[in-house]
Amino acid sequence: MARIIGGITTSHIPAVGNAIANEMFDEPYWKPFFDGYPPIREWLHDERPDVVINIYNDHGLGFFLNQMPTFAIGAAHEYINEDEGWGIPKLDPFPGDPELSWHIIEGMVADEFDIASCQELAVDHGFTVPMQLFWPGAPHNPEMPRAIPISANTVQHPIPTLNRALNFGKALGKAIRSYPEDIKVVVLGTGGLSHQLDGERAGHINREFDEMCMEKIVTAPEELTKISRMELVRQAGTQGTEFLMWMMMRGALTEKVTPLHKNYHIPISNTGAGTMLMECTD
Amino acid sequence: MEITEFDSHTSIPGTTLFDGKMAMKGYALNKMCFSFNSAEAREEYLADPEAYHDKFKLNEEQKQACRDKNVLALIAAGGNIYYLAKFAGIFKLGVQDVGAQQTGMSVEAFKEKLLRQGD
Repeated sequence: MARIIGGITTSHIPAVGNAIANEMFDEPYWKPFFDGYPPIREWLHDERPDVVINIYNDHGLGFFLNQMPTFAIGAAHEYINEDEGWGIPKLDPFPGDPELSWHIIEGMVADEFDIASCQELAVDHGFTVPMQLFWPGAPHNPEMPRAIPISANTVQHPIPTLNRALNFGKALGKAIRSYPEDIKVVVLGTGGLSHQLDGERAGHINREFDEMCMEKIVTAPEELTKISRMELVRQAGTQGTEFLMWMMMRGALTEKVTPLHKNYHIPISNTGAGTMLMECTD
Repeated sequence: MEITEFDSHTSIPGTTLFDGKMAMKGYALNKMCFSFNSAEAREEYLADPEAYHDKFKLNEEQKQACRDKNVLALIAAGGNIYYLAKFAGIFKLGVQDVGAQQTGMSVEAFKEKLLRQGD
């Protein structure tokens, strides 16, 4: 049967895509951020997952306001990274795993999560930047797992609640574990942490709140579900709502997890950047 | 469970939530900005902005905010920051430029403000 080996979080800031393209790893601004990644790459190298579920939020490439799914699951043979309008380098397609996608879709809908399925999906920096961080040279890294993108709406309110996000992850975990193939799966929760791009409050970052989230997501994710969406915007900023992706990832893991690594750095671009690795306990 | 009443005029200072009301108001503007994912569309806009505004049926408030490249006015006219980022990208304005403009700071001062939050 399929096994979920762990979960990884990272910010997915577009500027990181540019920094990778320009190999700025050792520059003083970037080093404290990039130094958070080698321990996770080593773990991935040792574990060699077959599939990566990449939970991200589309930022206006794959979806527009004409048709905006709250939760969307990729079911394609490959995922194309397209021009987003402001010039981060375009990558080659990422191979998918449509058989597992459809198994997950069946499981989610049976569990009453009425998701949108996507046999074509253009993936933006929210998907590609984490892949490049964990598998340098992606998609051409020889250890690159097959990928399945899952996108949640944080573009337009109403966005899902933190409770819904955690429960989505639980249903996702159940669906993956019921897949009959003996494969290893890793789940990414990307985005965040606190940041706000719009309005007179642009530049808002909240270290205390971010650190609380990074602690509770390991030990007591249920407590985080008590945070209302309005409170999440107040504390984490309008784009800090991307923390929902972390909650979706966490729900898919075992109830107890072993925290193996974490890094937090302010600022990368306008954002408090958080990186974590949690290993499942079974 | 708390049922939060979402309203674009929130009690959070300096913050507009992009909700259904703003989505209705800003649809034409956001649709235009979404088109800027394509390089051809970006070139077409730069060649004749007014014709492009009309193609997407922008209202006068939206057109003026585009002419002024005024981000707060674009948000007030229903613009969503993710799509507006594509508009800003045409003029090579990044998120720090956009942040500086909205907060009335120089770009250097805005970057300094971001760095200070890491202390």
